[in-house]
Amino acid sequence: MVDRVADPWGARTPYRQGGCWPDRVDVQLADGLSPRDVDRWVQSASVLHSNGDAMDIAVKDGRIAGVRGRAVDRVNHGRLDPKDLYGWQANNSPDRLTRPLVREHGRLVPTDWDTAMGRIVQRSKQLLDDPGGWGRFGFYTSGQLFLEEYYALAVIGKAGLGTPHMDGNTRLCTATAAAALKASFGTDGQPGSYTDVDHCDAIALWGHNVAETQTVLWTRMLDRRHGAEPPAMLAVDPRTTPVAREADLHLAVRAGTNLALLNGLLREIIRRGWYDERYVAAHTVGFDDLAAVVDAYPPDRVAAVCDVPAGDIERAAELLGTSRRLLSTVLQGFYQSNQATAAACQVNNLHLLRGMIGRRGAGLYQMNGQPTAQNTRETGADGDLPGLRNWDNPAHIRELARLWNVDEMTIPHWAPPTHAMQIWRYAEQGSIELLWISATNPAVSLPDLARVRRILGRDELFVVVQDLFLTETAELADVVLPSATWGEKLGTFTNADRTVHLSEKAVDPPGAARADLDIFLDYARRMDFRDRDGGPLIEWTGPQEVFEAWKRCSAGRPCDYTGITYERLRGGSGIQWPCTDDAPDGTERLYTDGVFNTDPDYCETYGHDLSTGAEFTADEYRAREPAGRAFLHAAGYQPSPEVPGEEYPMLLTTGRSVYHFHTRTKTGRTPELAAAAPEPWVELNPADADRLGIADGDPVQVSSPRGTIRVPARVGGIRPGVVFVPFHYGYFDIDPGKRTPRAANELTATAWDPVSKQPIFKVTAVRVAPLEPGE
Amino acid sequence: MHLAHYLGLLHRAQLNLADAFRQVAAAHGDEPDLEHLCEQQARVCDRHAERLEPFARRYSEQVPDEPDRLHSELFRGTRTGGLGLLRDLQDLYLMAAECDICWAIVGQAANGARDRDLLEVVTRCETETAVQLKWLRTRMRQAAPQALVVAR
Repeated sequence: MVDRVADPWGARTPYRQGGCWPDRVDVQLADGLSPRDVDRWVQSASVLHSNGDAMDIAVKDGRIAGVRGRAVDRVNHGRLDPKDLYGWQANNSPDRLTRPLVREHGRLVPTDWDTAMGRIVQRSKQLLDDPGGWGRFGFYTSGQLFLEEYYALAVIGKAGLGTPHMDGNTRLCTATAAAALKASFGTDGQPGSYTDVDHCDAIALWGHNVAETQTVLWTRMLDRRHGAEPPAMLAVDPRTTPVAREADLHLAVRAGTNLALLNGLLREIIRRGWYDERYVAAHTVGFDDLAAVVDAYPPDRVAAVCDVPAGDIERAAELLGTSRRLLSTVLQGFYQSNQATAAACQVNNLHLLRGMIGRRGAGLYQMNGQPTAQNTRETGADGDLPGLRNWDNPAHIRELARLWNVDEMTIPHWAPPTHAMQIWRYAEQGSIELLWISATNPAVSLPDLARVRRILGRDELFVVVQDLFLTETAELADVVLPSATWGEKLGTFTNADRTVHLSEKAVDPPGAARADLDIFLDYARRMDFRDRDGGPLIEWTGPQEVFEAWKRCSAGRPCDYTGITYERLRGGSGIQWPCTDDAPDGTERLYTDGVFNTDPDYCETYGHDLSTGAEFTADEYRAREPAGRAFLHAAGYQPSPEVPGEEYPMLLTTGRSVYHFHTRTKTGRTPELAAAAPEPWVELNPADADRLGIADGDPVQVSSPRGTIRVPARVGGIRPGVVFVPFHYGYFDIDPGKRTPRAANELTATAWDPVSKQPIFKVTAVRVAPLEPGE
Repeated sequence: MHLAHYLGLLHRAQLNLADAFRQVAAAHGDEPDLEHLCEQQARVCDRHAERLEPFARRYSEQVPDEPDRLHSELFRGTRTGGLGLLRDLQDLYLMAAECDICWAIVGQAANGARDRDLLEVVTRCETETAVQLKWLRTRMRQAAPQALVVAR
């Protein structure tokens, strides 16, 4: 069998344009176990990346003992990512949290659920007693829980406590995808389908190292590249990633200059007549403004800003401009960079200009970084309202108030829900006094970790952490709640191409650990939240009831789940929303008729100025008369908040490794994956390494105005002037006495995109120097 | 012809606003979005002042002395804390509003003077001032409940 650590993508199964992607069933079982020995196979899907690969969990003697890809599923046709093949072992890790912990005299000590929940409820009630009590709660959740858990949390926050301070770590991974989709098309919702890979004749990867972030999607692309009539490929990335090596054309742009590049490319497309005039006239608003803005970006100027050859920009424009079925995919290289929303919108513009949307092969993925990030967004457990509703539209608020039977005033809608970075700022200032963190590890994943630790360590801040392990964040909590995870609880989740999967419970959680949903529902019961008639606000007891309630909330909205049931998800393939009476098998592509969700009564936002984030009003939005047409947004390039200077002359970009996910909470506890990439490193261009006197493997010091890390050097694989450090590594697997700074986010700055509020992880000014032996 | 007075007023108002944006950026560096966006908007104001300057010079040859009480002073330094932040943003808003109405008035005068060049500058810059107002309003609306109701 193929060693999938050495070969993360496995064997090729080539296919031709328009063909059906052949099945290839990947299986991994515990040592010595054969498929015959497995007691049961239990249906699920991946939670270790955002692709949504369907799999069955092998159960042996009441324990998870392996996985097998589901050939029947539309997403992966049986294939699995190496993280899924091995990552299930983390469920059985001996250091799982099995009892709640509370802080006593500065130390976390084990306790029972009544004591732990009692403390949270007591503190909550105390805070609610004073005027403005709602504003003292902050919830920071995840892109890794299940739909039902997010929706329950959203109702607790928005209808129970009435706080706008709820967001997910999705702010770090997918907020720009949502913001760009809303801005261009009226609401969130991925236009394309993964099957667009089967039909396209060109693939453009915009800051998306899909080979490492969604390996199965990459396998699909590689199989097309190895078959007849392969698609052309364009990669935009400062690093020489596997994607860049495979691509026909690689633009290694200077970090932070994506918008300048896109403006230049669109200028060429317009000037050379490669746009679809009829489509633009019938289905878009804003062409003249866009054309005027991008006209100031001739290839020479773009070449100078982005530091790529002008000829390559022209070649890229030709590749994009002459393709007949163009597939684009966008990820963190755009989302976590300078002018994120504006740059992501320009990719939308490319597809609108060329009429490359809503038909086979002409696809657009504004991707997600985490497995269930789509649900965080849909259910309103992040800075959105449930059902992709518009906080500024009184009719949408009335709908929610009716649905939950609460006063409209209870639902926070006087401003957009508070974004994560602002929640942390309020916690720092002291106006948020209870911060409840679920299924994420901000002490490793947020920018400027020294600041994050300082905030979590504040005596006045009551911190609740709900997780599987004693993470770097949990170490600083006042109450730690042990959760069940994937395979130990029932629920659904939705991937980046809107495919909804069911994940069944295969085994019991360890010790006293509980499903996140049960924890939230227990809190709701103990808090005794009431509706406007004095009845209980939340009466659900399990995931299926919450799912049915969510279906009612989603009805009539773009993410309509009303045609989906647990039963329908069992046995077959996942189903793409919207799934309704009219579309009982789900919907493969959105906007096939060129009618977008921009109607003022339907849209999710009235829009923003892309350079400042200034909000437009309903009247201003209506005045543009979108009438179902998409918006072509435009903005000029501006340098990032942090640019290299004398003291910090290089740029740091951060990102993923194929072997790890999030902060290695699970993958770091998986022997094969931990061994494949045991420690962080810094990637340097050979010319920079030479100049600094650094050889491959040398220990080096990387410093920014926030901090310094010490990591070994890897020479090669990146453009000059830019260095790369993977963002997964924290400190949990190192003895507290022996920890030295090594997390990439010790260096990154607290700065964010003005529209999506996604932090700018990929443009940090740094200094790199060799470390003397013994230093 | 009194246009020069208003050009001078607007020019000064833009410089004052640029300076105030910079002071707020420096004073509220703990609000990471504000530091960056205030610096950015200060540069927008600088550009406006630069564009106005040739017109101010051209029209100043045709005017009597500047009348008294034309210039107003809105900003007297930054404050601290959540409430202070709100008040500082409100000052910026009022200063930008002064620029906004000046653009409208100067635009009308440019029409009267049949000055196409000046009209073009006004059209371009007043849109950017409108964005500043809108952004400040957005930011204050977001900050107000927490600063006025929640913070102890």
